[in-house]
Amino acid sequence: MLTAILTITSLAVIFGLLLGYANIRFHVDGDPIVDKIDSLLPQTQCGQCGFAGCRPYAEAIAEGDADINKCPPGGEITMIALSELLGKDPVPLEDEEAADSPRAVAFIVEEECIGCTLCIQACPVDAILGAAKSMHTVISDECTGCKLCIPPCPVECIHMHPLEENISNWKWPFPDKTSDSEVAHG
Amino acid sequence: MSRLTQIIHAGRKLWHFHGGLHIDDHKDMSLQRPLRDAQIPDRLVIPLHQHIGELPVLKVKIGDRVLKGQLIAEAEQYVSANIHAPSSGTVIEVGEHAISHPSGLKSVCITLETDGKDEWSNELPEPMTDYQNFSTSELGQRIRWAGIVGMGGATCPSSVKLNPGPGKKINTLIVNGAECEPYISCDDSLMQNHADNIIEGIQIVMHMLSAKNCLVGIEDNKPKALQSMQSAVEKSGNNQIEIISIPTIYPSGGEKQLIQILTGKEVPSHGLPADIGIVCHNVGTLEAIYEAVILGRPSISRLVTVTGQGVKEPGNFRVANGTSIANLVAQAGGYTADADRLIQGGPMMGYTLYDDDIPLTKGANCVLVTTAEEIPSNTPAIPCIRCGRCAEACPVELLPQQLYWHARSRDFDKTQDFNLFDCIECGCCSHVCPSHIPLVQYYRYAKTEIWTKEEEKRKSDIARQRHEFRQARLERIEAEKKARLRKKKEDLENKKTSDTKDPKKAAIEAAMKRAAEKKQKMQESGVKPANTEALTTAQQKQIDEADKRRGDR
Repeated sequence: MLTAILTITSLAVIFGLLLGYANIRFHVDGDPIVDKIDSLLPQTQCGQCGFAGCRPYAEAIAEGDADINKCPPGGEITMIALSELLGKDPVPLEDEEAADSPRAVAFIVEEECIGCTLCIQACPVDAILGAAKSMHTVISDECTGCKLCIPPCPVECIHMHPLEENISNWKWPFPDKTSDSEVAHG
Repeated sequence: MSRLTQIIHAGRKLWHFHGGLHIDDHKDMSLQRPLRDAQIPDRLVIPLHQHIGELPVLKVKIGDRVLKGQLIAEAEQYVSANIHAPSSGTVIEVGEHAISHPSGLKSVCITLETDGKDEWSNELPEPMTDYQNFSTSELGQRIRWAGIVGMGGATCPSSVKLNPGPGKKINTLIVNGAECEPYISCDDSLMQNHADNIIEGIQIVMHMLSAKNCLVGIEDNKPKALQSMQSAVEKSGNNQIEIISIPTIYPSGGEKQLIQILTGKEVPSHGLPADIGIVCHNVGTLEAIYEAVILGRPSISRLVTVTGQGVKEPGNFRVANGTSIANLVAQAGGYTADADRLIQGGPMMGYTLYDDDIPLTKGANCVLVTTAEEIPSNTPAIPCIRCGRCAEACPVELLPQQLYWHARSRDFDKTQDFNLFDCIECGCCSHVCPSHIPLVQYYRYAKTEIWTKEEEKRKSDIARQRHEFRQARLERIEAEKKARLRKKKEDLENKKTSDTKDPKKAAIEAAMKRAAEKKQKMQESGVKPANTEALTTAQQKQIDEADKRRGDR
């Protein structure tokens, strides 16, 4: 009887120490799942999910505070990727209309710009260039199309230009399953 | 390497790659007529998009008169190529024009109205007839100047391919004269008519790469080309060049396939031939190199096959860069009444065009016009029956069925697991498929989807970085502001606690004290201020008033 108690106690102590040691030795700073979720998000920093950016949304998902269907720029692809990562069931997008809108970049009508710097302060990725009382312009390559610069503009000189399809970003269409219409081979 | 079967063909040891197809070559059609020079049309439309890599930068503007061979767009990036005026004339437009691309999209083109004089520019570089005396880099510069790109269809700038990078020793130059795609015969025609130039080009490239030997692979369905190339080699007396007849099997003209046939070596997946000491060039490219080095002329024309039952007089033409397909077909007698489909390239790897006002570029080897009988279009696809014929035919030993399933279900990670990017899009699998599934279409679709995703990922990483940097900056500014405020506040508090020790007040007090002491001293010694005598009444009055004020205080 005593032996049994002693054995169990000593085992408990040994494992307790082991686990305690492992907790210190293999301690991970931060939550790695947040990084994984964040890497799947499109990084537009648009806030359409209701959070202050992609990372806060990723943190909320990791905490279980937010659903995985709140990212319109990511669309269904991102939602499915998140569902695979987290082992959750795919859910329909919260705002399907926003998800269907084409990718666009902001454009400042330079003749109308008064140089107020409000859009510069609003841009989450520093993609607007300019100084007070000087004309501003958008660095198109860096613009994520988040539209956050549009509401602050007092003269409404910022417009969204949809991204045009050109030779370098053109994609082969999904083949029409019923016909061999594009390829030459018979 | 053991996977390749060794064979003896025409008395030489060769290897046989996996799969491949024996298909009707239809090459006779375009070889009935001799090689012709196509007339230069009134209008040439020269796209900037003619090669893989970056677009060259425009060097002319509307209204400029240009001469044949003049540089009109300059390569500024490493992977890019110069473009020269194919004839003399005036630039009348610079803007978007439909180009030869499966998308049917437009791209920037220079439109040249030719003056019919075909006058050469006098700024062309000196011919390098004694090329042996020039260094590799000088010859490389010349080839780069000439804007030569791979003429087999891949359109990779040749100067890039001829610079395999430090530490990569090239032993063998492989020359691609296989021309395995049905219908196309421009390389055959070139070898029959200009074998000497090709051999000269080979010797230049061998000199540049310090290659020990050169293997020229030509399919055995081109006996005339084999013969003329053989006699050109004999004439040159260079015994390092070997002309090799290879069995006719599609796609023996694929770069990696030809290397396998001739050497038994396999180019590693995701690798380049240079990794195994080989550089491969098309015969057309070598002729262009000959012209650039020996004649000092840029790449402004090429041989194009116009063929198919939809063309009245099929044949091979030397065509100026920028000539429209419509114009070339007209020179080949025009379309027949039952012409059905216009294809750029061959029937296996080409793509359908829906417009013939499209310019021919450096990479265009064939214009194929077929009748509905020749290539029946729109055969409905039926479900895959898992027969496995595609896998048997695949020259790269991929599993086309698996790739198809995964591409169709948009599972792109899986397609990459099955080595999608090793697919050369030769079309063997689609050709043999009894269910008429457009397999290659699915692979092309998956490839572009993956590229787009990678691009999006790259962009989102940049956006994340910029956002994080911005956050850090805002936090830093906020922290600095807080620190400033805190300091101000502390200073204010310090002032309150040490009120009596205010330096300003102390200074005033000290000055008053000094003045009082001085006054007292003067009174004690009986010295009066020097200016107190002989005062006017007005002055005395002022003094009295001042004394009175003092007294009041």
